[in-house]
Amino acid sequence: MIELLFWPVLVGYGEAALAYASPRGDRLATWGVRLGWLAQTALLSVQAAHAEGFPWGTWAGSLNLFVWFVVGTYLIWGCRPRYRLLGLAVMPLAAILFLVARVGGGTSSGQKSHYGNLFLTLHVGCVLAAFAGFTLAAALAGLYLLEERRLKRRAADILRLRMPPLATLDALMRRTIAVAVPFLTVGLIVGIARLQRNGGGVDALMVATVLTWLLYASFLVMRPTGRHAARFALVGFALVIVVRVVLEGTHLS
Amino acid sequence: MSLTLVGISHHVAPVEVRERVALEPDDAAAVARRLGDAVCLSTCNRTELYLAGDSDEAALATLEELAGGSLATVAYRLHGEAAAAHLFRVSAGLDSLVPGESEILGQVKAAYEAAEPGPLLDKLFRQALQVGKRVRTETAIGESPASVPSAAAALAQQVFGDLAGRRVLLVGAGRMGELAASNLATRGATIAYVANRSFEAAERVATAFGATPVGLNELAKYLGDVDVVLSSTGAPDHVIDARDVPGKRHNPLFLIDIAVPRDVDPGVQGLDGCFLYDIDDLEAVVAETLSVRRREAEQAERLVAEETARFGAWQSSLDAVPVITALRAHAEELRSEELDRLGTLNSEQRELVERATGQLLNKLLHLPTVRLKDAAGEPEGALLADAVRRLFGLGEGR
Repeated sequence: MIELLFWPVLVGYGEAALAYASPRGDRLATWGVRLGWLAQTALLSVQAAHAEGFPWGTWAGSLNLFVWFVVGTYLIWGCRPRYRLLGLAVMPLAAILFLVARVGGGTSSGQKSHYGNLFLTLHVGCVLAAFAGFTLAAALAGLYLLEERRLKRRAADILRLRMPPLATLDALMRRTIAVAVPFLTVGLIVGIARLQRNGGGVDALMVATVLTWLLYASFLVMRPTGRHAARFALVGFALVIVVRVVLEGTHLS
Repeated sequence: MSLTLVGISHHVAPVEVRERVALEPDDAAAVARRLGDAVCLSTCNRTELYLAGDSDEAALATLEELAGGSLATVAYRLHGEAAAAHLFRVSAGLDSLVPGESEILGQVKAAYEAAEPGPLLDKLFRQALQVGKRVRTETAIGESPASVPSAAAALAQQVFGDLAGRRVLLVGAGRMGELAASNLATRGATIAYVANRSFEAAERVATAFGATPVGLNELAKYLGDVDVVLSSTGAPDHVIDARDVPGKRHNPLFLIDIAVPRDVDPGVQGLDGCFLYDIDDLEAVVAETLSVRRREAEQAERLVAEETARFGAWQSSLDAVPVITALRAHAEELRSEELDRLGTLNSEQRELVERATGQLLNKLLHLPTVRLKDAAGEPEGALLADAVRRLFGLGEGR
């Protein structure tokens, strides 16, 4: 069953990534995203049904869940023809990360974790949802800087290869971060509460995650706009990459 | 029934000829009525008469009467599918100066609604309106701006998205600036200030837009209060320097400089959050979007060809109608005669016989009717129609 669901997800995301690269492939790409995401939802459901505990406790499992969050957020915010470049940035990443999750065993069934279900659901679920939001915000920030550069350079094809307006990208990026930060806050509080109750040391990933939270929280307080906001979002995303890729193996097991 | 088109357009006739035959909508409708089953399409680029029938001489005479002279060298005459294809190209905007311009579709609709067309022209114009909509839906021919003012407005939208509530400072009270400002205003922007060397001229334009007139020497004071600056003065030097622009801005500032010599110091482009486009930049953008329109026009031509073939097939199917009608009338006549010979039958018996013979007739004629309709427009269609006429002696009298 898991095997049957893995391929539609990969084909859907892969097809979307390729279709976004074609100037008239928006509709096909959108269907790829939708069908792939539905298949991944089914895959996650089967994993949850077969697992004895929280099934995404391993780094690969959490990567699988992270991809689902990223694509889900993209579906909500940006799955529209004018956001083709956003899809072009998000969908290849989603396809590759999903494949990595598969290689690491994160898409198989029957996994179990020694942590409690509620704790992992809140902690991992909230942190991953926040990171998915930050990933999308970073993609929007990248688009903002690209569009701003084209406008500054007065590119003649600016209206032919049309991207979303600067103001829209700016607003969407700030809104995405504003939605994601509370998720990270809840995820961190749950993690810290458990640490205080059960004891245990502080690892590098925890420190980096708290730094990430501090950075995005200061984003909400300072309320930067335009180019500054975009750069802020990209620096924050660099921290997310450190947490998700570099330090991931040091924390969850 | 055949279709005829007689007309002149910007392709063949200079403006001094076109203006003599250009008609207001009511006059165009009156001309069409005078010609009978006709539609008159008159715009600044063309005056065309579409007629059901072959009376192109009468149509040409009407145009020449309006022009007050011969149009033999500039008028074109098209018939049948060529005339239909022409109208479809016109409504798709493919025959316009700017490919894909949308105004023509409204003009075709107005001409059609003002006339009283018969079935042929009714079908032709309804299909032409569909073609116009289809081309604009299925291709990107009309999506990009085709003029400097519309490109300026589209670029402002590229920065701000929705222009509703965005404040504009218009510098210069000339025609070009006014036109570009109107374009921004129609997209929701508010023309907040109008600055000009002559305060009276500034007041005049400001009144038209409901804006505040200001002096040219006060510009720096208002730059922090607007989102878009549109400059088009005849000043020999810059009227806006980089140092006039407030350093700390919450929103971007979009500057459109359509003046030659330029009004805005190019150094403004280097300021954070400022985007400056001069006339060369805007013309480069328009050239690029026009090339897109021309590329999309190829796809639109394919749609027009498809629709023309469809219209041709419909028109051909009309050729079979007289034969089918005559065949059915002939059969019905024979049936009535035979029923009359039956003599004394009570009403119940007569009703039974009438029903049975009617059904028999319908079943017998169904296949020939379908085959005649299907073959209409094909070379075989004329042969079949002729065979039916000869086999049943249609039109020979009895």
